Amino acid sequence: MDLDLPFLIASLIKIGVFIGITMTFVSVCVIFERRFSAIIQDRVGPNRTMIPLSILGFKKDLALPIGGLTQPVADGLKFILKEDFTPSYVRKFFFWLAPALVVVPALLTMAVIPFGSPMEIGSEYIPLAVADLNVGPLFIFAIASLAVYGITLAGWASNSKYPFFGGVRSCAQMISYEIALGLSIIPVLMFFGGLNLGQIVDDQVANGWLLLPLWNEGGLIVTPGYWADPGEAIQRLLLLVPIVISFVIFTTSIFAETNRMPFDLPECETELVGGYHTEYSSMKFALFFMGEYAAMVVGSALIVTLFLGGWSIGFGIDQLLPTGAWWVSLLHLGVFLGKVTFFILFFILVRWTVPRFRYDQLMNLGWIVFFEAALINVFLAALVMAYPSLGLIGVLVGFALLLTVTILLIKIAKGATGKPSVTAV
Amino acid sequence: MAIVKVERPKLSAGEKIYFGAILKGMVITLRHAFRSLAGKSTGAETLKSSGIGVTMQYPEQKWDDQMPEYYRGAPALVTDEQDRERCVSCQLCEFICPPKAIKITPGEIPSDDEWAKVEKRPKEFEIDMIRCIYCGMCEEVCPEQAIYLRPDYAITGTNRSEMVHDKKRLYEIGGKRVGLVNKWNELK
Ligand code: SF4
Ligand code: SF4
Repeated sequence: MDLDLPFLIASLIKIGVFIGITMTFVSVCVIFERRFSAIIQDRVGPNRTMIPLSILGFKKDLALPIGGLTQPVADGLKFILKEDFTPSYVRKFFFWLAPALVVVPALLTMAVIPFGSPMEIGSEYIPLAVADLNVGPLFIFAIASLAVYGITLAGWASNSKYPFFGGVRSCAQMISYEIALGLSIIPVLMFFGGLNLGQIVDDQVANGWLLLPLWNEGGLIVTPGYWADPGEAIQRLLLLVPIVISFVIFTTSIFAETNRMPFDLPECETELVGGYHTEYSSMKFALFFMGEYAAMVVGSALIVTLFLGGWSIGFGIDQLLPTGAWWVSLLHLGVFLGKVTFFILFFILVRWTVPRFRYDQLMNLGWIVFFEAALINVFLAALVMAYPSLGLIGVLVGFALLLTVTILLIKIAKGATGKPSVTAV
Repeated sequence: MAIVKVERPKLSAGEKIYFGAILKGMVITLRHAFRSLAGKSTGAETLKSSGIGVTMQYPEQKWDDQMPEYYRGAPALVTDEQDRERCVSCQLCEFICPPKAIKITPGEIPSDDEWAKVEKRPKEFEIDMIRCIYCGMCEEVCPEQAIYLRPDYAITGTNRSEMVHDKKRLYEIGGKRVGLVNKWNELK
C-alpha cells in the first residue's frame, strides 16, 4: 500500500482544526452555561474575569471589556492548579482511566461530522470532515455509547457507595435511551437511503432541510417549480409527521445520552452527594465536564446535520454560490457553527426550564413511551414512503393496521406503568 | 380532625403529552432572559439593579445610602462633644468580647491633663477585625457609652496586621458622639 501523503497531511490538519473547534465550543458551552443561565435567573453571571498581569509583576490587571469571555480559561486554570487528590481506597487504574473514557469518545465522534462544504484545493475536493465514512451515524452511536463505560467505571472504581449508584444509574439510563436514539433516526435514514453524513447534507442542500422542506430542485415552495410533481411534493410534506416525531424523540434522547437536565440523574447532590464524580478532584473532575460538554456539542452537531441541513444556508442560496471556493467553505463552516450554537443555547434553556424526572419516570419514558413511539414511527414513515408502490388502498389498510397496533400498545403500556401490586413485594 | 383525601389532578390528553407545558415553560424562561437583559426584571427598580437582571454590582454600586443609621458594622470608639475620649479603659468590653477580639492597654491620665479627673484612658486599644463577630456585646456592656458599632462594613486588608484596628483608626471610624449620658461633662 502506498502512502497518500496529501491525504495524510490534509487529515492531520483537519483533525487539529476540528479538535480545536470542538474544544473552543466546549468553552463556549461553559460561558453560555454560566451567563445565559444567569440572565435567565435575573442575575449577571461572571462578567469581570480579566487577565491577571499583576501576578507577573505588572502594576495593573488587564481588564478588557469583554464581559467575562476569559471565564473558561480561568475555570480551566483553577482546575489545573487544584490539588489532584486520589483517595487511597480507589481502584487506581480504572479511576484514572474513567475520565479519559468519557472525553475520548465524544471527541472521536466529531470525526464524521461534515463541518462545511468540500473545499477545492488543487484539483481535489477535500470534504470538511475528518473521515467521510459511509456509516456515519452508526459510527457515532457505536463510539458515543462507549462513554457509558467511562461513567460506570468512574462510579465503580471510586469504591464508594454513592458514586457507584451514580454509575449504575447512568449505565441504565444511557443503554435505555440508546435504543430510542437508534430507532428514532431509522425514518430519517430510510428517507435519505444512505448513512453517509456528507451525502445526507448534500441531499438537504438540494431538497430542503429535513425539518424544513421549503424548497427542492424545482425552487422554493411558493414557486410553481416546487409543485412540478405534485404527488411527490405532497408526499414530502406528509413525511414531515414521522420526521417531527423522530426529531422530538432523537433530541430528547440526546439529552438523556449527554446526561443533561432533565435527565441528569447520575449526578445529584441531594441523593448521591455528587454522583459518579464524587471522589474526583482537580483536572480529572473537569474532564467529566469537558466530556459532557463535548458530547453536547457532538449531539447538537448531529441533530443539525440530520434534521436542519448541516452546513447548508438553505432556501436555494447554496446553489448560487460557487462550489469549492475556500470562502464558501468557510461561510458554510460559520453557518454550521451558528446552528450548533443555537442548539447549545437550546440545551441550556431546557436545562433551566424542565424539572428533572424521577428515576422510574425516566425509565418509563425511555422504554414505554419512546421505544414504542419510535417503532411505530418507523412503520408510519414506511407507509408514507410506500404510497407510490402500494397505492391508496394498500396505504389505508396499512394505516388501519398500524392504528390498531398503536392502540393495543398504548393499552399494554398503560398496564405496565400502573402501580406494582402489593402482593408482589 | 377530618381526613382530607387529596386526589391527583386528572390530566387531559394535551396535558399528558407534556410538550405544551414544556413550551410554555420555555417561553417563561426566555421572557426572563430578555427582560433581565433589558434591565426590566421584576424588582429591578427597587433592588437598584445594575441593568442586567436584578443584581447590583458591588464595588461600583453600593447600598450605603439605603443603609439604616443603626446598622451594626465595625465596632469603633467615640469621643464626646469636647473631644474627650469617652473610654475609661475599664476593660469590660475586653472581658465580654466572645471571640476575644479586643486588646486594651490601660493608661493613667497625668494630673496636669485637662481631664485628670477621669483618671484613666486607654494607652492602646486594638480590635482585631478578623476575630470580631459584630455581636455588639462591647457596645452593650460599656458603662461609658464609648464604643459603638458603626455602619462601616467593608473592612478589608491584604494581611493580618492591617486588619487590626488600633486606637487612631478606631476613633477615625467612630467620630464624635453628642448628647447621651455625659457624667463628667462640666469643664474644670
Ligand atoms: S462586636 Fe462583639 S466581637 Fe466585635 S469587638 Fe465587640 S464584643 Fe468583640
Ligand atoms: S467597656 Fe467602654 S469604657 Fe470600658 S474599656 Fe471598653 S470601651 Fe472603654
